[in-house]
Amino acid sequence: MNVEQVRRAPATRRAAGGGGFRSWWGRNQRKIVPYLFITPNLVVFTLFMFIPIIGAFYVSLTKWSLIGSPTFIGIENYVQMFTDPNFWKAFYNTFIYTVGTVPTSIALGLLVAMGLNRRLPGRTLLRSIYFVPVIISLVAAALIAAWMFNDNYGVINSLLNAVGLKSVHWLSSATWAMPSLIITTLWIRLGFNMVIYLAALQGISPEVYDAANIDGAKGWKLFRYVTWPLLAPTTFLVLIINIIYSTYVFDLIYVMTGGGPGFSTTVLVQYVYQEAFQQGDMGYASAIGVFLYVLLMVFTLFQWRVTRQGEQAS
Amino acid sequence: MENTLYTATEAKTKGRRLSRLPRGKDAVIWVLLVLGAIVMVFPLYWMFVTAVRPQDELFNGHFSLFPSHLAWSNFTHAWNKLPWTRFYINSIAIALIAVVATVFINLLAGYTFAKYRFPGRDIIFLAMISTLMVPIQVIMVPEFIITSKLGLVNSWWGVILPRAAEAFGLFMVRQFMVSIPDELIEAARLDGASEFGIFRRVILPLSGPVVAVLVIMTFMWRWNDFAWPLVILQNQSSYTVPLGLNLMKGQYFTDWTGIMSMGLLSIIPILLVFVFFQRYFIQGIASTGLK
Repeated sequence: MNVEQVRRAPATRRAAGGGGFRSWWGRNQRKIVPYLFITPNLVVFTLFMFIPIIGAFYVSLTKWSLIGSPTFIGIENYVQMFTDPNFWKAFYNTFIYTVGTVPTSIALGLLVAMGLNRRLPGRTLLRSIYFVPVIISLVAAALIAAWMFNDNYGVINSLLNAVGLKSVHWLSSATWAMPSLIITTLWIRLGFNMVIYLAALQGISPEVYDAANIDGAKGWKLFRYVTWPLLAPTTFLVLIINIIYSTYVFDLIYVMTGGGPGFSTTVLVQYVYQEAFQQGDMGYASAIGVFLYVLLMVFTLFQWRVTRQGEQAS
Repeated sequence: MENTLYTATEAKTKGRRLSRLPRGKDAVIWVLLVLGAIVMVFPLYWMFVTAVRPQDELFNGHFSLFPSHLAWSNFTHAWNKLPWTRFYINSIAIALIAVVATVFINLLAGYTFAKYRFPGRDIIFLAMISTLMVPIQVIMVPEFIITSKLGLVNSWWGVILPRAAEAFGLFMVRQFMVSIPDELIEAARLDGASEFGIFRRVILPLSGPVVAVLVIMTFMWRWNDFAWPLVILQNQSSYTVPLGLNLMKGQYFTDWTGIMSMGLLSIIPILLVFVFFQRYFIQGIASTGLK
């Protein structure tokens, strides 16, 4: 049966008014089946993604506590946001956390990946060890970290004391709570970045290095002029993912510090959660969420353009 | 996808051939990597040591890297403080049902987007993929409202359904399906197979690798999930394991042996899956960049 016949078939059949479902289905299933096959996926996406995305924009323009119906108030939530000192504090905390975690965990991940890309004894085991923190739940990781950073009985203070240093009030002081979170994040994320870089390093063909060797490139120069440029697309991907993870950090901080002490580790996503499900201010919470999303989109586009220009220039 | 594979087996054979100790620069790098690995594994060791240490040893002021003896009773003690049996039933049910649902609907859809031509295909696919970057917290409020309107608050399905269609899974499956030759499908069609028959008898048997990655990633996501269950599961009887752990921290703040023993128990399933299916984990993460 050729395409023309397939296309014409249903109309003629319907006009003829017979043939039964079976033969009609036989001719038309290739046109209908694709839609049937994507229906479960499409329904879930529509209900739990597309509608909520539009919904988030709409709710952000209303005053709503989940009880009754939302009252439209225009951009009032956004105005409130820009004048809310807590919002700016949460924004600042998110920024500090991101700056503290992203470059460091990428650099460490790359270093370890380059080390474990060499032929060293036991490297499979070493790779696994570096990777394990990635797969355990953030809640479990946060609990381990909270216990290790415990002021009085934590092992980190014990080790500091053992070498003659004073204990630090890690999680109970506004100064040290954020560094504790950042250190914990490095532990969790190092293996993640390592794996992505390792895959990229293994994708670089040995001939490239052979050619570089003939040209006399070694050590730092080899890295700077051969490996690093070849890793650029990977670095871009890793950078974006890490920024997203850091900006949207929730589980770790919620369990480890709960945003405290005081407001010192409350990040934007946590503030969204508090405003929505503890204060019951759905409109304001949505406005912050939308702001955060737009901010990251703008950043990603900017980053993408810069990277592309860099590639064109080189 | 295939060439980004972190080849564990290949690495193993190479390792055996190179059993001699590294020299010079390699030796320095190796020592540094081993020291780093000790730092990386120490928190897990510390979790274990705390979980099995007699409780009075924890706060007596003497610091020791090893417990004087193993107090396995810590586990039963902590287990009985909260309805952990219930939490585990919930977590296991959610993870298993989610794996089946997610794999099935994403496999079917990914295959369709790769192998059928139909009006609206590219638009729909792009719309779905573009949600990869939308974080749950942005849409949490409307999503919660929809889920509660469907009567799914406090239920397994309230956790499973909203995450059943994964943009990541769809993307990965589609990439995989594109590499299956059209001739196979055409041949089955000429043999008179129905469209679903083709999917079941021709495509499914060929999809082993992508199914394995999807199964493992979905299991890990649902097992470790915290933010969404925290919102949607409000009765203690509907809690999952991570919610139980969080509850323990709030309720028994000083019971660190209990928290560590239950924490350790909670990561054992995922560690076992990791030990046996390591390459699929690595492949899943390396090929999609998603954790």
